[in-house]
Parts: sequence; structure tokens; C-alpha cells
Amino acid sequence: MGIKVLIPTPLRNLTNEKESVEVNGANVAEVFDSLEAQHPGLKERLVDDAGELRRFVNVYVNQEDVRFKEGKDTVLSDGDELSIVPAIAGGR
Amino acid sequence: MGEQVGYTPLIKADRLAKALGLGEVWLKNDTVNYPTLSFKDRVVSVALSRSIEMGFDVVACASTGNLANSVAANAAAAGLTSFVFIPSDLEVGKVLGSLVYGTNVIPVDGTYDKVNRLCSEVADKYNWAFANVNIRPYYAEGSKTMAFEIAEQLGWRIPDNIVVPMAGGSLITKIHKAFNEFRKLGLVEDTPCRIFGAQAENCSPIVTAVKNGSDLIKPVENPDTIVKSLAIGNPADGFYAYHVMESTGGYGENPTDAETVAGIKLLGETEGIFAETAGGVTVSATKRLVESGKLSKDSSVVLCITGNGLKTREVLEGTYHVHDAIQPTLSDVVGLMDSLKNSSNQKVEEAAWA
Ligand SMILES: Cc1ncc(COP(=O)(O)O)c(C=O)c1O
Repeated sequence: MGIKVLIPTPLRNLTNEKESVEVNGANVAEVFDSLEAQHPGLKERLVDDAGELRRFVNVYVNQEDVRFKEGKDTVLSDGDELSIVPAIAGGR
Repeated sequence: MGEQVGYTPLIKADRLAKALGLGEVWLKNDTVNYPTLSFKDRVVSVALSRSIEMGFDVVACASTGNLANSVAANAAAAGLTSFVFIPSDLEVGKVLGSLVYGTNVIPVDGTYDKVNRLCSEVADKYNWAFANVNIRPYYAEGSKTMAFEIAEQLGWRIPDNIVVPMAGGSLITKIHKAFNEFRKLGLVEDTPCRIFGAQAENCSPIVTAVKNGSDLIKPVENPDTIVKSLAIGNPADGFYAYHVMESTGGYGENPTDAETVAGIKLLGETEGIFAETAGGVTVSATKRLVESGKLSKDSSVVLCITGNGLKTREVLEGTYHVHDAIQPTLSDVVGLMDSLKNSSNQKVEEAAWA
């Protein structure tokens, strides 16, 4: 058992339309690396060059916003659920 | 959908202007917007019209209350099934104000931001049109009519200043966009308008960013304010709202809950308008902007009063003294008048601002 990652619709073209993906990783950053290994192109949609979460991407671990935890260093354990939710905004 | 929505009164508010120390003040009075008494009917009329065009049978939303009321009512009128997701601690008026339209109210334990996250996941799972999630671009455009009408009702001109309440930060962004569109079309003269944003002290991530001069919006984890309609801790459009205020020379203010209640009362007593908490925030933020010199007598100010006070009555409970009941006799009235003469109790209550 690893970490279950919920993939939002706009990113499912990178996961063969899968709604969720199981990966391993001891923290959020490691999960992103594992995601990238399985589904190349995903990581750059989530973080910038410095590895920081992009402005309009929200990441939740078991329903908690990682920005209220340790961000990309938030520790994960087997069975955790990580949800990626794009903030839908803008359209000026 | 929603041909009757909008075109609410724009009121010249001389008595409020005087109380605030301003010159020309106007109120865009969306407390009487049709059908659910808040500006959200504007966004819903566009979002639901588009949802119907796109063939959705089920419409939904994540809401701090007003949006839920509007989705529920407009869905009922269109014969659509609806689901409204709300934080479980909303005001009774906002919950009943959805239930009456036969919608499915889903209270969620947690903050609005949790409700919103959940709805993003639900929108991925079910083929529903969420007004402010997957249909959001249309919803957001609906806000523009508020600014279009203000410009038209002012005689095709743009005000010098406008004060707008902010939750997710969409309305303020679209007011800016709408004024720009009218300028571009040549419908109004290209005069500047400073755009000011208002939030409640205990949930003011966008105003805090403006005051700090940084567009990094720090989310608020547990908003704790009576201003539930604006209690969005992680505002999706915060970044854009920041730049609207910054680029127009505006600013942000975040009054306390006590100031908000005082603002509701001031608006009621000076202009005969009963606004909800968001209106109290807008009035009391304006007062602060006058006190700090950001707004002054020599320019026009429009206040966006976006929701109706009957939906948030509980914030006034216990703040008024009601006379004991009298007998239906003239002598009781005379006695009451005499006792009133001797008390100072009829004076406008200004405790919060004293
Ligand atoms: C009465 C009222 N005014 C203003 C707003 C702010 O809207 P926005 O989320 O577009 O900033 C809301 C949003 O819920 C509201 O209910």
C-alpha cells in the first residue's frame, strides 16, 4: 500500500484518464517525484522550477491543506490520501 | 435564465455621506436583487443559462450562503435538480433560504474552503454543473453587470472610487474588468477609478496582502467572524483582486465584527437600507478609509451593498433595547414619551466606534 493520489480532470490526460494513482513517497515532494516517474509531465504542472507549489494548485493530505502543514515537506505515511485541486480563478 | 435579475437601484446617499465625512456617495443596492436578495443572482443567471445550453440536468455550488440561495431558486425556476454544499454553521436564514426552493442542501462539517475542495472533487466525479467550480468562468462574468449598471445609472460615467466586499475576490476583479470594457467601447470617458476591497478582520487574506504590499496571499485556516458570507480563507481570485486594488491606486480595509454591526446600523439609520454583514463590512471599511485619508470629500464614492440583512438577523440580536409593552391607552403613550425625554437612549448607538 502506498499513497493514493486523486487526479483532477484537467490533469487526467497525463494519467491515461485515471482518476487516482497509487505511488510511494515519504513526503509530498517525494510523491511528486514518483508521480513524475510514472506519468512524465505531471510534476511541472504542480510545482515551479524551485520545487514550490504553483500559485493556483492546492494540495490536500487527508483533507488538510498542506500549506497549513509543512508544504511540500509534509510527511506522509502509507494509506494517506493526497488530493490535487486546481484553484479555478481568473479569466480577466 | 434570470431576465429579471439585476438593474437594482443606485441611490444617492447624502445622509450616509454626511455621517462618513464624504461628499458624493452612491449605494448600489443589491439587497433587493431579484430573486434572492443578493448580487449572487447576477452570477447565477449567467452560470445557469450556460449550464442549460451545455445540456446539464443537475446544477450545484459550494457556497457561503447567498450563492446557495440563488442556485436553488434559479434552478427551481428552470426546472433543474440542484445540490448546494454549505458549511454546517451557516445562519438559519441562509439555510431556510435554500431549502424553500426544494433543493438538496448538503451541510458539510468544516470551513467554506473545505466545502470548496470537496466540490472540486465532486465535480470531477459527477457530471454536474457547479456554478463556481467547473462553470466558474461564466459565473464570474455575471458579476460585471453590477459595474455596467453603476456606470449607466451615473449617467454613463465611472465613479472616482468604489468600495467592494471580497470573499473569493471575483466580484472586485470583474468590476474592474467591466469598467475597462466600457472605457474601451467608448461608452464612458476614460476616467480613473480607484478600487477598494473590504473583508472582515478575522478573515482578510486579501486585505492583509494589500496592507503588506505583497501579492502572496496567505490563506486563513479557521476564519472566525460573524461575516460568514465573506469567510473564504483561501480566495481563488485573491491574486487578481490584489492587483486590481494595487494598479488602480485603491487599498483594502478589514474592520472588526463590532464595526461591521455598527456599519449595518449606520446604513439602516441613515439610508433605510437593511444590509447583511457584508454590507456592514463595506460601510465600516469605507469609514476607515475616510479616517486614514484614502477617501475624501472631493471625489465620488460608490459602495457595493451586496446582500440583504434579513438573512443575517442574528448579528443584531441583543444589540437593541426594546421598550416594555404598553397598554393600548393614550396615558401609557404619554408616560412613555415623558420617560423618553429623560433618557438619552434614543441616541444612535455608536459604542463600537466611540
Ligand atoms: C453578500 C456577498 N457579498 C460579496 C461577496 C463576495 O464575492 P466574491 O467571492 O466574488 O469576492 C459574497 C460572496 O459570497 C457575498 O455573499
